[in-house]
Formats: sequence, structure tokens, C-alpha cells
Amino acid sequence: MRADLHIHTVLSPCGDIEMSPLAIINRAKERSLDIIGVTDHNSTLMAPIIKEIGEREGVYVLCGAEVTTIEEVHILAFVDGSKALTQLQEYLNRYLMKVPNNPDIFGYQLVVNESEEVLYQEENLLIGAIEQSLDEVERFVHSLGGIFIPAHIDKASNSLLSQLGFLPPDLSVDALEFSANCKVDSFIKNNAYLIGNSFICSSDAHYIEDVGRCSTLLEMNSISFESIKEAVKRSGLENLILT
Amino acid sequence: MKLKEIKEKLDLKVFSGESELDKEVIGGYTSDLLSDVMGHANEGQLWITLQTHKNVMGVASLKDLAGIILVKGFTPDADTVALSKSEGIPILGTEMEAFELSGKLYNLLN
Repeated sequence: MRADLHIHTVLSPCGDIEMSPLAIINRAKERSLDIIGVTDHNSTLMAPIIKEIGEREGVYVLCGAEVTTIEEVHILAFVDGSKALTQLQEYLNRYLMKVPNNPDIFGYQLVVNESEEVLYQEENLLIGAIEQSLDEVERFVHSLGGIFIPAHIDKASNSLLSQLGFLPPDLSVDALEFSANCKVDSFIKNNAYLIGNSFICSSDAHYIEDVGRCSTLLEMNSISFESIKEAVKRSGLENLILT
Repeated sequence: MKLKEIKEKLDLKVFSGESELDKEVIGGYTSDLLSDVMGHANEGQLWITLQTHKNVMGVASLKDLAGIILVKGFTPDADTVALSKSEGIPILGTEMEAFELSGKLYNLLN
């Protein structure tokens, strides 16, 4: 199954206004994606809306967020079911720093429905950090039975390696994510200690044309949250589809 | 003290916002965590950092900072420069490390 687990929507201030629920699902189908992850900055509010359309259109939608820890490390966090998703959202609401967004600088933060009607405008700037450490976020996500993946570890900002310099040996990750532009071979050569971890590659799409520009081939017989979680934990370098 | 005077005294390079150096600087804030700056920096301060990406400019604008000084010879990304011009917040630079620059700026302002 082909998966792109890192996609932003109109809710992310940096997400293009074209990143509406229906457009994302249509693009995912065009790109032959079986599974997508909806990961706005520090908010889960768009995910269930896209999941509903995905269920109808045959695209499995993992619901979660791209969480910014207090160290400013970006983490992909996914949970299963509306109860756990509400718990994740309450956690983000509680710990996200309270700074009003200025849409002229950062962009609008909108929740829209399938018809692209605005249901809600998030007033609090979503690209800030939450007052929780990497370890605390990891423990919380796993306490909900969720999936915890440090995002774009090869990037020079907001990645585990840019912020901490290394993967802490006691941090329990389900996989590590490469960005679309990563030169994986040379990256692994320079960070050989990471061999043995699981890896995925995702688009981190903020624009509709970027959805599925790279992806991961997840090996499973039938799609469910648990089977995706298990497949992510088994996904090796050979599972990355970089082009 | 005016930003122009600080620029002269600390021999800073100007990457963008040359026309905005008449701004009054009332203090400084040294941090590389954007969220920390978002939460704790104050209007009119000069921000000392090694971060060069465009979100730096967004935070500087949000907080009405007087300007940004990049340390250790770092140079701003092209989109950071573009945003600096449209927001009217200058970006300066130095070869000094944050510790040394912060100390010198502190002495100038106090």
C-alpha cells in the first residue's frame, strides 16, 4: 500500500488555500495513494473531515498532527478513533503557547468542510511550540496507542537532528521520516548509527501538486490503524519511494 | 540608542533594511528557539540568533522587534530577506558568536 503520511491543509498557516479536503483526496487518488496522513501544525481539526471523504472515495486517512515539542522538534503523531483524537486535540489545546496569529504574516488558519465553507478560524498561532518535551509527547502519544514519528529528520530546521543533534537512545520511535528532497544514501552514510531503525518518506505537502511527490510502500494485507502501525514499524530503506 | 549607531559601533553587516536603521533599540534578546522569542521577547528589542529561515522574520514582525542580528557569519535565506524588506525590519550580521555579541550589545545599551 502506498502511503504519504505528512500532508498539511488550509488549517496550517503555511498551507496553501487550495489544500481543501476534497482537493487533497482527489490528488491522493490521482497519485495512487492508498493511505494519507493529515498532519497540520499542532491541530487535528481538519483530519476527521478529510477522513470522512476518504472513506467514501477509498483513501484511508490517518488522523493526527505535526506536533512541535518544546525543543522545536517536529513530530508526526497519529491516533485511532474519535475519542483518542479528541484527547490529542485537548492535549494540544492545553499546552500550545497562546500567541494570536497574524494572517498577513503567517497565513490564514481555517477549518473548512467538503464544500469549502469556513467552519472555524483558529485564532491562536499554530506554528508555536507546545510546552511539552519530546519525551512527554512520545509517552502521551503511545499512551493513546498512537504512532510517533520524528518528522523530516534530514532537514536543517525543526528536525530531531537539527535541534538535538542525534536520536536519543531511550526515545521510542515507530519510524523516522525523510523529507522529499533527502539524499538518503549519503544521509545514512553520515548517520550510520540510525541503521536498524524504521524509515518512511513523505511529501510534507503544503501545496496540492506536492501531495504524493514521495511516499512509502507499506506492506500489509488489509488496511487498519493497527496494520499501518505495524507496517510503519517494519518499514525499511527499501520501502521508500523517493521520486 | 539608534540601530544605526549600534551597527557602527559593533561593525555589523547589513543584509536588508538599510533604510530602517533609524529605529530606536531599547534592548536585546538572544535565543534560537522561535517559540521562546514569541513568548518572551519585547517590542523594540534586537534579536540575536543563528536561525536564518523566513519564520524568523514572521516572529520578528509579530513581536515588533527592532531588527535581527545573525551571528557566526550566517546569512539570511532569500525569502527571509524578501520578508525583511516588506516588513521593514532590518537583518544585520556579524562573525561574532552569540555570547560575545550579546555582551557587547549589553554594554552598549546599559
